[in-house]
Amino acid sequence: MTHVPWCCKSEQRQIGGWPILAYTVRRLIILALSLLIAAMALFVLLRLLPGDPANALLGVGATDAQIAAARAQLGSDQPLATQFVQYLGNIARFDLGTSFVSRASVIGEIGNRMAVTVPLTLLGFLLALVIAIPLGIIAAVRAHTWYGWLISVVSQLGIAIPVFWLGILLVTAFSINLRWLPSGGFPLRGWQNLGEAATGMVLPVLTVALVMAASLLRYVRAATLDVLGSDFLRTARALGSGFAEALLRHGLRNGAVPVISILGIELASTFLGAVVVERVFSLPGLGSMLLLAIQQRDYPNLQGVLIVSTLLVLLIGFFADLLQRLIDPRLRDRARGAA
Amino acid sequence: MSPLSYRIFGRALLTAALLASVSAGAAMAQSYDKDASIRIGSLYEPQNLDNTAGAGQGINEAFNGNVYEALFQLTDAGAVEPVLSADYSVSDDGLTYTFTLRDGVTFHSGDPLTAADVKYSIERVTADDSKSSRKKSLSTITNIEAPADKTVVITLSSRSISLPYNLSYVWIVNDAATDITATEDGTGPYKLEEWRRGSALALARFDGYWGDAPTNGDVLYQYFTDATALNNALLTNAVDVITSVQSPDSLAQFTDNPAFTVTAGNSTTKELLAYNDRVAPFDNVKVRKALARGVDKAKLLNSIWGDYGTLIGSFVPPTDPWYEDLTGVDAYDVEGAKALLAEAGYPDGFEFTLDTPDYDPHPIVSQFLQGEYAKIGVKMNINIITANEWYTKIYQSHDFQATLQEHVNHRDIVFYGNPDFYWGYNNPEVVKLIADSEAADSTDAQTDLLRKANEIIAEDAASNWLYLYPQIVVSASNVSGYPINGLNSQFFAYDIEKAQ
Repeated sequence: MTHVPWCCKSEQRQIGGWPILAYTVRRLIILALSLLIAAMALFVLLRLLPGDPANALLGVGATDAQIAAARAQLGSDQPLATQFVQYLGNIARFDLGTSFVSRASVIGEIGNRMAVTVPLTLLGFLLALVIAIPLGIIAAVRAHTWYGWLISVVSQLGIAIPVFWLGILLVTAFSINLRWLPSGGFPLRGWQNLGEAATGMVLPVLTVALVMAASLLRYVRAATLDVLGSDFLRTARALGSGFAEALLRHGLRNGAVPVISILGIELASTFLGAVVVERVFSLPGLGSMLLLAIQQRDYPNLQGVLIVSTLLVLLIGFFADLLQRLIDPRLRDRARGAA
Repeated sequence: MSPLSYRIFGRALLTAALLASVSAGAAMAQSYDKDASIRIGSLYEPQNLDNTAGAGQGINEAFNGNVYEALFQLTDAGAVEPVLSADYSVSDDGLTYTFTLRDGVTFHSGDPLTAADVKYSIERVTADDSKSSRKKSLSTITNIEAPADKTVVITLSSRSISLPYNLSYVWIVNDAATDITATEDGTGPYKLEEWRRGSALALARFDGYWGDAPTNGDVLYQYFTDATALNNALLTNAVDVITSVQSPDSLAQFTDNPAFTVTAGNSTTKELLAYNDRVAPFDNVKVRKALARGVDKAKLLNSIWGDYGTLIGSFVPPTDPWYEDLTGVDAYDVEGAKALLAEAGYPDGFEFTLDTPDYDPHPIVSQFLQGEYAKIGVKMNINIITANEWYTKIYQSHDFQATLQEHVNHRDIVFYGNPDFYWGYNNPEVVKLIADSEAADSTDAQTDLLRKANEIIAEDAASNWLYLYPQIVVSASNVSGYPINGLNSQFFAYDIEKAQ
């Protein structure tokens, strides 16, 4: 027989209520503004790069007349303000242009590349959660045992390891020595060739997950330690809950709040880490597209990848904030007070 | 010699050359799998599939001779041989070339090859919006006509002995194919099966091919962005051959292993310190010669490439017909360099800035040069720049004292005949020799004139030619028959055999 603490009754009353909607709208406005500011920053930065995009389009030995024609075609002869308005209009219509180098549609190419980067990021992140949450809780609850201590030390080491180095270690062990998994590359027919694509993703996902798990584990451990010393856990125990039950029902929920705000940031950095991992494993994702676009001064591709990845990172932050409010009524109350 | 036997003869020669170059006989097994899949690992993915649209060197590697053929072909040994041209004649004034096309050639789409296709294909390269690096060399063409189905007549504004060579860069494309940036219609022994940007490109044997069928069934070019990943793919049998090894550090794992074959051919990539010959003190030939003698190039090459690579002493690599070993002209000589500097009026040396591209091997080379030049009293400052800056600051604006660059092209000594080129070397005698060589009435005469030009630029120390890169191909030892020099980045796949 257990008692329901007050916090959860209050939550049942309010879920799906107006305050969370008001918060969502407010948060959406912030999202749109952030995107606008990011788009402006990108616009300015890309125009600060040395060299005219027309040179990149034409290559070696172009005549002045050809350069002038290319500038007119690209609009780089227009005043900056006009260019900026056109640029915002294009983004709003998801028209990211065509690549200077491949002559292919930028948005189409980004779509193809996302088929690698999105699964890599999400699978890596999920695997990181599966590793980090139980181990982090164990490391906190059993902080004074030898294995609790070992988990802490190993996770500290994991944080210190650069992603690419871990990738190289895994390749050496599982591809070159054991010959279990491919060392890199992606099959010609992509996910249609499911077996080959999946085995090709194992080591990259593992690389992303291990590095991410190491830092997540630290947060889970810290949050759990906080919860362990909290009043509500003591109250739940006093009301008759067993230790494990109190930890799972009340501890996990309260501990999740700070962890989720970290998760948002960490998911975004997983996405960025995937850029490096793609290079190590020669995967055709957004990261390799970005690096290539920089090397080749392919402005449309560069701009497209940066805008889409900025949008993804902002969206992740948006959902993390929303999820936090859904879980924690205290934050919602604050949102209502402010609204 | 009939056209067909010509081709067979060409291949026999190539095979013989390979037999000589591959050390062990084990690789040359007598029986091979004629339907084998050959997986080629490469770092050079084409950016699109059109060599006039800025596709990069990767498209030559995958498509030249494999998917597209030209009237002529630059073979791996450096010779120019007819392919789609069965025969040709030149008028006495050297201004009119009449080509007869080979019979029985069809495009992958099934259309027969006609003279109109050839006209279309050449005009594609010379068109205003073409980004072909060979556009300028075809600028003497004033008119192309197709008077009969199999006859093409090209009229020139001035004699051009290199026309057949230059035409080896012109893919013959079906004139019905307007946009070939993502598709193809050529006449080669393979047709494009599929291309996945960022990962791989697959070619399949074309059953309607006019010549000998390839000695394998299909070819997969698997692309890597990282040299280590490329090497690992070969180590783990994910590819059969890798087209070029970029660093000697990774070679040890293959040279000591009987499962792999390492071949070192001749590349055409020259690493050079280019002075701005327009500005002091580099307008002084004694200064240039002093800087050439002050560098221990053997040591530099060894520290970068180990036992691979070649010193050539000038700009012409051994696969150009007018090659000559000129390493003796300004051989390493610290005391001689100091004496020349004193004669030139710089007894205490001078100071200059070397604009160094930020990618390998240039930064390492520049540090080596800094140390070498300190020994002859010259203070060299290193200014690291991006490839983009190199293009605008140096190539376009000529705003530099000296720079490092690798020049990759075959037969590119002609750059020294252009006083407006970025390095600003201007010797009227060389300009004339190079112009005359193009107007020569035989390839022998052309070769003589260009050899003379090369001797003069070496004597003038027009630039400081540091070394010639090696061209290293590594394969699994059951695979043979691939090109070893990779001229013009070509990688002909049709003779590759995989032992059963």
